[in-house]
Amino acid sequence: MRSAPVGVEKVSLYNQYTIQNMAYTEEELKKELETKEYEYGFYTDIESDTFPKGLSEEVVIALSKKKEEPEWMTLWRLEAYKGWKEMTEPEWANIHYQKPDFQDISYYSAPNKKPKYESLDEVDPELLDTFKKLGISLDEQKKLAGVAVDIVMDSVSVATTFKKTLAEKGIIFCSISEAIKEHPELVKKYIGSVIPKKDNFYAALNSAVFSDGSFCYIPKGVRCPMELSTYFRINQAGTGQFERTLVIADKGSYVSYLEGCTAPSRDENQLHAAVVELIALDDAEIKYSTVQNWFPGNKEGKGGVYNFVTKRGLCERNAKISWTQVETGSAITWKYPSCILKGDNSIGEFYSIAVTNNFQQADTGTKMIHLGKNTRSTIISKGISAGKSQNSYRGLVQVNSRADNARNFSQCDSLLMGNDCGAHTFPYIEAKNKSAQIEHEATTSKIGEDQIFYCNQRGIDTEKAIALIVNGFSKEVLNKLPMEFAVEAQKLLEISLEGSVG
Amino acid sequence: MLKIKDLHASVEGKEILTGVNLEVKPGEVHAIMGPNGSGKSTLASVIAGNEDFEITKGTILFEGEDLDEVSPEERAHKGIFLSFQYPVEIPGVSVTNFMKTAINESRKARGQEDMPANQMLKLIREKSELLDIDRKFLSRSLNEGFSGGEKKRNEIFQMAMLEPKMAILDETDSGLDIDALRIVANGVNKLKSKDNAVILITHYQRLLEYIIPDFVHVIHDGKIVKSGTKELALELEEKGYDWLKKEPVA
Repeated sequence: MRSAPVGVEKVSLYNQYTIQNMAYTEEELKKELETKEYEYGFYTDIESDTFPKGLSEEVVIALSKKKEEPEWMTLWRLEAYKGWKEMTEPEWANIHYQKPDFQDISYYSAPNKKPKYESLDEVDPELLDTFKKLGISLDEQKKLAGVAVDIVMDSVSVATTFKKTLAEKGIIFCSISEAIKEHPELVKKYIGSVIPKKDNFYAALNSAVFSDGSFCYIPKGVRCPMELSTYFRINQAGTGQFERTLVIADKGSYVSYLEGCTAPSRDENQLHAAVVELIALDDAEIKYSTVQNWFPGNKEGKGGVYNFVTKRGLCERNAKISWTQVETGSAITWKYPSCILKGDNSIGEFYSIAVTNNFQQADTGTKMIHLGKNTRSTIISKGISAGKSQNSYRGLVQVNSRADNARNFSQCDSLLMGNDCGAHTFPYIEAKNKSAQIEHEATTSKIGEDQIFYCNQRGIDTEKAIALIVNGFSKEVLNKLPMEFAVEAQKLLEISLEGSVG
Repeated sequence: MLKIKDLHASVEGKEILTGVNLEVKPGEVHAIMGPNGSGKSTLASVIAGNEDFEITKGTILFEGEDLDEVSPEERAHKGIFLSFQYPVEIPGVSVTNFMKTAINESRKARGQEDMPANQMLKLIREKSELLDIDRKFLSRSLNEGFSGGEKKRNEIFQMAMLEPKMAILDETDSGLDIDALRIVANGVNKLKSKDNAVILITHYQRLLEYIIPDFVHVIHDGKIVKSGTKELALELEEKGYDWLKKEPVA
């Protein structure tokens, strides 16, 4: 049973929205409301905690209220919303898709606590097959597929010990919603400090309506003793389509952060617009690794997630930020993890593998903004295209006039499989300081039949041969991933390219 | 072990093999010689199952089984090895990793478990010593930046690791200096047994001073025009191939 006030609030919201957009008579309006109510089912018990579709100031306010946020956060969201309203979707990327209707999305849905399935037998066998190939344990399979888990004692105890160790070091690792309530001074100071709330269309949208995400703070001089992984934040799953992450490494601290999961994530939400902000204060280091495997759509290119992400890190003096990403999923990937090298002697790194198959499109790369003196950046990008996919690298290396002795090295390699895919490289270089040293190397290669026959002759079948060649091609980036993540990522590459030759 | 009957093969409509007959028994070493373009390398590729070539007539039997429908990797699993004339480069894949994959794929095909790491290590140590291969070499990307000699030595190292029943060495001697040739030949000789067979494809008699063949065949215009013992190789060295070209096929 739902409580009356919430219902009233929703109806009034809907009312206002309708009035603003259509000049209906009172009678028509009432009729429309009734039918719509039925259609969206916001009086049924099941969907009672989901907002009606559409975005407006009221929705933003209601969302913030629902999450019991302080006023400053609500105002912050509203400003973002106002900014977003004035913006248009960017069109410069080398991707083609049907633009989402932003008024046809519900911006709040309470986390579903009920398990989707009672046992693994009910889960899509294809999904289970993939889990098996990835070597995921039964318990984890259940968790990932949304099956009721009854024997998670192991992972609970792991998580508990994990949290205890972190607390002893003064490390804060929680959901962003919790951080807004428990650590408002940190959130207030840093949220939007690297990615302003009106930075771009998707970042503004995220700022207005982000549902949840992760927050991490490493105190001065502390070296985080373990890889921080969203995996351990149990009961925080299902952060929704607008995820927000904020990582702050205080002076002289170090953290390695793992995001995502190699297991395929099937999601009903077609649009994902996440924001990740990293702040590395003086002498701090952040290593941020991502494995993204959202549903890429079927072989005909139907369905699949649109992934529009804004990721950026700020480096103060002597700080270092490394982005490592393995992107195999999504129908569309639009993503440029970047580094602002503000402090002198700071270092930015970007290591990326992007795989596209079938009809997938990826436009991904990085921005390295050199502001401080003696700043260095390295970009290693490996694009693998198969099927009818399109894979683009887009990168900007910018050296500011005061950034003396800035150095950049970029290497962009593309591997093509078959004759129907495409690889594109768009490197942008802007140097305003004569002492800058910028190197860019690019290669494009194709898997040769002679390479495959050579492997075949040694007893390696074609599928495995391709995996071997692709892994070899991606090695420099795979080596940057934490060990167990790298093993999983390798398997993932194999699975993503399965059936791409024949 | 290997029985080739009236084998005809063509590439892009052009017939290269025009009726090859050959029988190889366990424990034997056969040398196949002939001028450039006579079909030596094609024969090697066809036995290994390279699909660039189309078999238009004839059969290849390996241990009594017709290889016609057998994929290249399955032929490898059955114990056929080809040392390539021009080994390809695979960037980022180390020699060790490549061998590990190859060995375990063959084991998998035979229903065996992966080879335990310590056993693999022991095998690598043993075989690399046999061929005088530096350990550092094994961590390099397969054939990438290898000298001609290194590539060939690496082929024989792989052969040693995989222990095939039948090895076809396609011009393994070309590009080798005399020291490397001696090491490679020495390796092949040590790997020889009464159960396995070797087919040496070569242009020159030089290799045959180190690996003594039981039979020598001369291939010309896509078929074997003369067979004999090691003396035939010496005769060829002396007279060249021209006299054979003129001789009518028996």
